[in-house]
Amino acid sequence: MLPEIGQVSLLLALVFSLLLSTIPLWGAHIENDAFMKSARPLSYSLLLAVALSYALLTTAFLQHDFSVAYVAKNSNSLLPVLYQLSAVWGAHEGSLLLWVLILCIWTTAVALFSKALPATVISRVLSVMGMVALGFLAFTIFTSNPFERLLPAALEGRDLNPLLQDPGLVFHPPLLYLGYVGFSVAFAFAIAALIDGRVDTQWIKWARPWTNLAWAFLTVGIALGSFWAYYELGWGGWWFWDPVENASFMPWLLGAALIHTQAVTEKRGSFSSWTLLLAIATFSLSLLGTFLVRSGVLTSVHAFASDPERGMFILAFLTIVVGGSLALFAWRAPKEVGKPFQWQSRESLLLLNNLFLSAACAMVLLGTLYPLLAEALNLGKVSVGSPYFGKLFLVLMAPIIFLIPFGPLSRWQTENFSLLARWLMPWFALAIIAACIAYFQSPLHPIKTALAYFASLWIFLGTARFVWQRIQQAQSRFTAEMSGMILAHIGVAVFCFGTLMTESQSVEKDVAAKPGQQFEIGAYQFTFQGVKEISGPNYVAQRGTIAISKNQNAITTLHPEKRQYASGGGILTESDMHGSITRDLYVALGEPIDQQGGWALRLYVKPFIRWIWFGALMMALGALLVVFDKRFKTRPQQ
Amino acid sequence: MMSRLLPLLAFIGLALLLFVGVRMNSGKDTSAIPSPLIGKSAPALNLPVLEMPEQSIGLQDLKGRGFVLNIWGSWCVSCRIEHPIITDMAKQGVTVVGYNYKDSAEDARAWLNQFGNPYALIIQDQDGKAALDWGIYGAPETFVVSAKGIVIYKHVGPLTAEIVQQEILPLLKGSP
Repeated sequence: MLPEIGQVSLLLALVFSLLLSTIPLWGAHIENDAFMKSARPLSYSLLLAVALSYALLTTAFLQHDFSVAYVAKNSNSLLPVLYQLSAVWGAHEGSLLLWVLILCIWTTAVALFSKALPATVISRVLSVMGMVALGFLAFTIFTSNPFERLLPAALEGRDLNPLLQDPGLVFHPPLLYLGYVGFSVAFAFAIAALIDGRVDTQWIKWARPWTNLAWAFLTVGIALGSFWAYYELGWGGWWFWDPVENASFMPWLLGAALIHTQAVTEKRGSFSSWTLLLAIATFSLSLLGTFLVRSGVLTSVHAFASDPERGMFILAFLTIVVGGSLALFAWRAPKEVGKPFQWQSRESLLLLNNLFLSAACAMVLLGTLYPLLAEALNLGKVSVGSPYFGKLFLVLMAPIIFLIPFGPLSRWQTENFSLLARWLMPWFALAIIAACIAYFQSPLHPIKTALAYFASLWIFLGTARFVWQRIQQAQSRFTAEMSGMILAHIGVAVFCFGTLMTESQSVEKDVAAKPGQQFEIGAYQFTFQGVKEISGPNYVAQRGTIAISKNQNAITTLHPEKRQYASGGGILTESDMHGSITRDLYVALGEPIDQQGGWALRLYVKPFIRWIWFGALMMALGALLVVFDKRFKTRPQQ
Repeated sequence: MMSRLLPLLAFIGLALLLFVGVRMNSGKDTSAIPSPLIGKSAPALNLPVLEMPEQSIGLQDLKGRGFVLNIWGSWCVSCRIEHPIITDMAKQGVTVVGYNYKDSAEDARAWLNQFGNPYALIIQDQDGKAALDWGIYGAPETFVVSAKGIVIYKHVGPLTAEIVQQEILPLLKGSP
């Protein structure tokens, strides 16, 4: 019975979204107050209906209702409760529902915090968000219904994919979606502005915190996913340029560009068309990303849509949303009315920032879709791997890293770049000296190590130079916006250091270990103490014990596992690690090599790898801090 | 005006590409894209062998026995997901030949050390040139070759336990 109520509630949501996407929009057009005022109550009703539906699907999981096909496919009576909750978004249907739920939460938040905006603007914005919800609800209901019954009911569920049974993955999709979907706010604003035909800097000012918030969520979501890949996939890598990762990375890149260009448009009025276009593109890539990942389209790009009906629906929806927005843009994009600026100015530096970030995004998009393109054009069959992405990305990011310290120090409109160069020269020299020392001291890969020191110190010192200037010339006044920027830029420095140091200084060792045998990597001793069989809630495992010490002082004991889940499938490798700020120690079990308890082991020492995620976290916190700037406090309209 | 139209035109191009992508595969079970090779004799595998000490057979031994050719790379995340399935299949007595695709020998060895090596034999195609003969354009992909050397099945994307049970094992039984 309950799943049927969920189904009805979902249909009701479809009706609400249809009303929301038409009535307020029409009201704004004919300036009918009552129609426009319906936007808020409709948004709230939409959220209620979707939330009810979501709650009932969750209930079906908690009650082990294996007569619901989706539950039977993705749960099991042995599954721990936490994973029953996360199994709701463990596969295609449920994750679409989560997507819609999050969209409705953002819509409601916009409805609540928009009292200061003119009624026509807010009704258009909410209407546009309603349209997106309409598309997703229709997609869910007509092609991917999570409440479909399975008759006769299954006696036992097939279990959640064991790879997904991990705390990291519990929070990864919701955070990622909060980011993806959050860009719909900036998108809805862009559309509202295009319908209106002009860009009011007040609206941009209003939209900015939302973009920052969405980008912060996306950053944390991606970082969490990368961290999960690092410790769960058991391979010690942290980024694979996998199509699924690329799908989330593209909106991140454009979102970063959008954060910067929105600031220009808000403060100077410049680049208004570009800001609108970027808002549309960022959200479009979020849509593309969600679909590519969730329809199973991109696990291997060449199998475009696992279900042609879904594929066509996706494409039609994308075409309407993106094609429609871009047509509107071509028709109504506003004339540039910004204040003029010279090429030596903060504006042009930010333009360069946008240029490189967008180019990086285009590069990732091309690489991700290239196999499809090559096949369509009969160029032969190709796939693009991480060498392409890694090299090109480095080339495109190097200029940004070089330019970061200049940005905050420069002035709007006109600036003397040679003066900036003089200010930064000593810090540049310092970073170079440190890099030279690193080059001669480094035990491995001296060039990469030197780059790590140079890039991170250059950004850090250059940003510190800005802080020093504020202390000298502005009585240490820092707005929240500035502090956020400083934190995020230092985050970039931390990230660069982590990435390049891990790439250059990691030591990996494959050994054949007998119980009691000791291995040495750098200053660390790894002692293998044998493997035992244990049983977990829904699996049995071979569990190894490895004691690690440094200069004979015990540090930790690690327990990597090989698990066999009761629901079948193959054996999963669970590595184990000990992390600290300066290094991770990482152990994974290979295969048994003899009858005397000997095993193949893989041992790693990965210096500074955590800095990668610390850096990402600092960027996210920086973006979040900006949200609390006083300038974004909305006052009710007079 | 023209510059404003550019984004739209670019998107139309992208949409067309995606449309072709969907159409190419619609109406078929995409993961079993009929390869033009099916029913024909398997192309030669003139490739260097990745030396692993436990390897039990050589290229010349493949003649006269049906085998599964599994395309993988250490860089490929989906391969990691299907790896336990391949291992199971090998344990059931199927000869699985690994086709190490666009990978360095060092990475491939490290990967196998960690996750186990189910392959009876591994051949290396570092730049992916020989892959063209087979119509391979990504990893993972899996072919079944009969004892007479005829390609009888192709699967694109990660294997599942069902596919192995329902498709691959019966095919190999039918052609010992």
